[in-house]
Amino acid sequence: MIRVQQENFDIGAEIERLRDNRTDIGAIVSFTGTVRDTAQGAPITEMTLEHYPGMTEKELERIEAEANERWPLQESLIIHRYGPMKPGENIVLVVTASPHRQAAFEAAEFLMDFLKTNAPFWKKEDGPEGGDWVDARESDDDALKRWETPEKAAE
Amino acid sequence: MSVKLLYFAWVREKTGLGEETVDLPGDVKTITDLIDWLKARGPEFVSAFEQSDVIRTAIDQTHVPHDAAIANAREIAFFPPVTGG
Repeated sequence: MIRVQQENFDIGAEIERLRDNRTDIGAIVSFTGTVRDTAQGAPITEMTLEHYPGMTEKELERIEAEANERWPLQESLIIHRYGPMKPGENIVLVVTASPHRQAAFEAAEFLMDFLKTNAPFWKKEDGPEGGDWVDARESDDDALKRWETPEKAAE
Repeated sequence: MSVKLLYFAWVREKTGLGEETVDLPGDVKTITDLIDWLKARGPEFVSAFEQSDVIRTAIDQTHVPHDAAIANAREIAFFPPVTGG
């Protein structure tokens, strides 16, 4: 399941809802991305996330479907927020559940790596010196490469 | 051809527009053609598309490269590399 929302989320409540008292799940992995209070040493007072309504949901659904094709997941969840946020607040939650831990760990990393390079979100950091759009990182593109399948790498 | 154009993040700030609907001449066939056509419209578009190789594009909400054909597109978006997560 995917959700794009302005309001904060409760990590514990989301995981409990996903488990739904099932007894066949053996591993649940969760990742939470949060707002840092500094960027390259400069203080951040607020972060605003812009997104592309419609395409955001399509991309997240595509990424989730791909993870479910690659790993035997029993459940998966992506929640991504947009709008203004303060340091310390949640930005994104990824949860994966599988019978054994390896699939859940790998799928959670895959979901985050794909989301960071494909989902249409843009961060603007505000501090005492004014606002700045965050630059994309080359390390995020590199992180994506390790998931390339032999067919895709040959393209 | 009438098509909706959307601009996000600093591309939106530089063009001064979130979205608009434009009528494109027939010789605008690819994203690259469209960027050239937009740059001829005024200094704000020249500034927004100055480093056009950095700008990412989507046709009907799917990522596409700049050489993609825009025939039958309903919605074309321009934006910087994404920075969510």
